[in-house]
Amino acid sequence: MTLAYGDFVVQADITFSVRRGSVFVVMGDSGSGKSTLMRHMIGLDRPARGDVRYGGTPYWSSSEAERRRLRRRFGVLFQGAGLLSSMTLAENISLPLVQHLRVPRGEAREVAVTKLELVGLGGFEDSYPSQVSGGMRNRAGPARSLALDPDILFLDEPSAGLDPLSARHLDDLILELRSSLGTTFLVVTHELPSIFAIADDAIFLDGERHRMVAHGPPRQMAETTTDPKVKAFLQRGQYP
Amino acid sequence: MKDVLLGRGHFERRDFGLLLEQTGGAALPLVAVINFLVGAVLAFLGAVQLEQFNATLYVANLVGVGTVRETGALMTGIVMAGRTGASFAAVLGTMTVNSEVDALETMNFPPMEFLVAPRILAMVLMMPLLVLYADVFGILGGYVVAVGLLDLTPALYLTQTREAMTLSDVLVGLLKAPAFGAVVALAGTYFGMKTGRTASAVGISTTRAVVSGILLVIVVDAILTVFFYAVRL
Repeated sequence: MTLAYGDFVVQADITFSVRRGSVFVVMGDSGSGKSTLMRHMIGLDRPARGDVRYGGTPYWSSSEAERRRLRRRFGVLFQGAGLLSSMTLAENISLPLVQHLRVPRGEAREVAVTKLELVGLGGFEDSYPSQVSGGMRNRAGPARSLALDPDILFLDEPSAGLDPLSARHLDDLILELRSSLGTTFLVVTHELPSIFAIADDAIFLDGERHRMVAHGPPRQMAETTTDPKVKAFLQRGQYP
Repeated sequence: MKDVLLGRGHFERRDFGLLLEQTGGAALPLVAVINFLVGAVLAFLGAVQLEQFNATLYVANLVGVGTVRETGALMTGIVMAGRTGASFAAVLGTMTVNSEVDALETMNFPPMEFLVAPRILAMVLMMPLLVLYADVFGILGGYVVAVGLLDLTPALYLTQTREAMTLSDVLVGLLKAPAFGAVVALAGTYFGMKTGRTASAVGISTTRAVVSGILLVIVVDAILTVFFYAVRL
């Protein structure tokens, strides 16, 4: 894909594939287009050129009905969680169940409570997003993303604003979900500890050259890359 | 919008009930006060002129016909632009800044269906009721001035009012109401959804929604007034 806003090219000719059941990380310097790439992949912005394929099915070339069907396979966690502020945590998670699957509200609430317990938020189902901390919102976000048991979870800066302990818990949650549910993750992040902890594969986007300049497992990338920017990014601090 | 009207739309039914309450019930006190005062001012201004012709009785005609045909709907439309149009812009703008709108879209809840259409529908449904309510208070404002300052008897004022007003006068005001509701809601939701990502973005959107809403109400009022005159309503 080539990503652009009008005549301004954010990233040109990005090509990569994500293995089913893996954790794929999109890294890059600030303003390189990491979140922009995710927005294009989940259908919020149309690429200037190219397409995204899910299991061989092109997203942007398909009809709206087909795109809607593909989106049913996604779960998305936006930066800041994107929880609906007018609904409680349980209502946020129940919403797609009630509206799309016509699950009775009582049953949907039970599912929501289960999902919240999965992310360590049992007991907070009737709290509003404004009544819980940022870290708790960042955990409730994945719970909502998991409501329809998606195949693919997109996470945009999931650890942003979290303390190291909460960020570590989130990393553990991602790895647990990958192992137990086989969920595929695409994670936009520049948090090095998380990158090295969770990533099976990664790409690096360069904001100055507007291109993808590296592709591979992060540890291998850190050891073998010759690109000075990628080397400097990944070797800031040493992690076992 | 079509799916919402056919009951197939994706939106929370109980949220729609809340919207109706917010656009209708919660606006009653403000609508009452504004229209009462406008009715009173209309009566006072009219009396000053009509007194020269010993015709102060016709204050009832001026207030009655003027209120139900024009000022009731117009003032309510302007009040709702400042109150509800601003609220729509602020709520949707904040949701945009917080990525709530993006989240809805990725969960297959089209924002137009989930957020915009219910708001437009709520305004279109509630405005005629608000205008009827406004008309009552507008006439009441005129009544207070006429009976209190002009020495008209209550019975005389009310009889004159009733005889001056026709069904088509009332109908004109009620037909303007949903049009005003629609343009106010459109302005509020449009600018709310177009909110940028800066710190001042929500404020800018809200201001634009109010100014545009008021302007559109007046433009639509002018068009409809000419139209109703042309069709002799």
